[in-house]
Amino acid sequence: MTGDLILQTKNLGKQYKRRWAVHHLDLEVHRGDVFGFLGPNGAGKSTTIRMLLSLIRPTEGEVFLFNYSLAREREKALRSIGGIVEKPDFYLYLSAFRNLEIVGSLNGGAEKKRIEEVLELVGLSARARDKVKTYSHGMKQRLGIAQSLLSDPEFVILDEPTSGLDPQGMKEIRDLIRHLASDRQKTVMLSSHLLNEVEMVATRMAVINRGELVTQGDVGALLEKGEKVVTFRGQPAEKLLSILSSRIGAEKVTLKGDDLLVSMPFEDIPAITRILVAEGIDIQAIIPRRSLEEYFLSITESDSK
Amino acid sequence: MLRLVYYELIKTFLKKRTYIGFALVAIVVPLVEVVMKIEGGRFLQYTLRSLQQDFMLVGNLFNGWFVAQSMMNSLWVHIPLLIIFVAGDQLAGEATAGTYRLILVRPVSRTRIFLAKFITTIIYTVVFVFFLGILSTGLALLLLGRGDLIILTRGILILPEADVAWRFLAGYLLAAWAMVSIASIAFFFSTFVENAIGPIISTMGVNMIFVLMTVLPLDFFKTLRPYLFTHYLNVWLRVFEDPVPWQDIATGCLALGGYVAGFIIAAWLIFRRKDILT
Repeated sequence: MTGDLILQTKNLGKQYKRRWAVHHLDLEVHRGDVFGFLGPNGAGKSTTIRMLLSLIRPTEGEVFLFNYSLAREREKALRSIGGIVEKPDFYLYLSAFRNLEIVGSLNGGAEKKRIEEVLELVGLSARARDKVKTYSHGMKQRLGIAQSLLSDPEFVILDEPTSGLDPQGMKEIRDLIRHLASDRQKTVMLSSHLLNEVEMVATRMAVINRGELVTQGDVGALLEKGEKVVTFRGQPAEKLLSILSSRIGAEKVTLKGDDLLVSMPFEDIPAITRILVAEGIDIQAIIPRRSLEEYFLSITESDSK
Repeated sequence: MLRLVYYELIKTFLKKRTYIGFALVAIVVPLVEVVMKIEGGRFLQYTLRSLQQDFMLVGNLFNGWFVAQSMMNSLWVHIPLLIIFVAGDQLAGEATAGTYRLILVRPVSRTRIFLAKFITTIIYTVVFVFFLGILSTGLALLLLGRGDLIILTRGILILPEADVAWRFLAGYLLAAWAMVSIASIAFFFSTFVENAIGPIISTMGVNMIFVLMTVLPLDFFKTLRPYLFTHYLNVWLRVFEDPVPWQDIATGCLALGGYVAGFIIAAWLIFRRKDILT
């Protein structure tokens, strides 16, 4: 447990006609967390975030922010929150500065100095007076983060903040999130469909699929718990299967396409690699994966098929 | 609230589409009035052709007041179109741009945002109507001079020049109120959709159908007329009657107010519960 509860959802759900986009969702975000909200595309992440920020009304359940019920005390609940929902959109015919003034007016007014400060933080000071329609996607994404930080909120919700960015842009956003959490003591919730992205920045995470919570907890604990699976690929495949079955146990080896998935401790990988080489196996790949990663890949792959 | 209205005004008045209406009025009004000056009163002579056999009309009746009053007829269809172009965009425009996601996640109630937008719509409507009034009246007087005002609805009425200016002022004030009622319909439709075209077409459709039902001399429509907002829309014309039917004007204004309240309350009820999916 990492401190007070900042966000809690109880049995949260949203139904569109007969389909539940989110169902029975119980999330907990604590003060100081960088909370990764992970799920494949269409899993219900954005619908959940829209409910957390009161853009859509839940069909069932309730959201509590800083112990205020979002349904009953909306303004108090949202007072210390900033967020981006999906891609950040702005008034394109206005400058970044003017856009932030407008956002600030909805938070009780923002001083010029504060606007300049957040623009500086996201590296947009030099373009502050340019119309947003002249901005690249990455700049809009950074402006999105700037607007979410304008009121100096304690809790920042970022929906797919690295979506559509190049690797450099993704790294900059990740660094910014780390900076917010460690240097500015913000609690951050970020949604993503990329496990490695969450793994890189989050301290706690939840996995959602088809609108339902799969698991949540500390990132390290979730990734370490359960079986560890190593994927082997090599030639001749029959000989590889035979060696792995005899050395590790046939019940721990599964054939998946050209690959052999073996449940085994990662520390045994060097020893088994030496054996395979000595036996004349041409090794093409050895990929260690945690069970959560394997699980997440499987749901992501099935989603994309 | 004042701060919210201020920034809504900034959003509205820094948008290019807001000035389309102003630009069209600034082009069309001078064009029509210059052509009327060139034509030299042929329009009035044609209208009065049958009457001139029985009456002797003296003085400069084809003057700036007459042309300015004729221009007010654009308030039936043309000006509403230009007003709903902006009013219909107030809420739908946020949906189109995706900026609902920017403004509705703040610790300010949807009701206050809604009110700020409606107040902005009223301000735009009033500014636009008075822009039309000042431009068309001022230019007409400049081009065609002054004189008594001849009114050609339901026979002939000639108002002495000294009794005319205040009627224009009152007429445009009442016209602004009538236009607010049309803007409120566009505002209402604007809550449903994600694109401003829908409210514009819907409001224009309603306005045109209701205007037709109001002016066509059919018995069936007569029974419906008291329920149509267009039946009360002509309040601005009534100040050019003599004596001025203040009681009817007050009733008309109240009826239009009822329509405004009805549409705005309905729009508010929808907006405060609306799921933002764009």
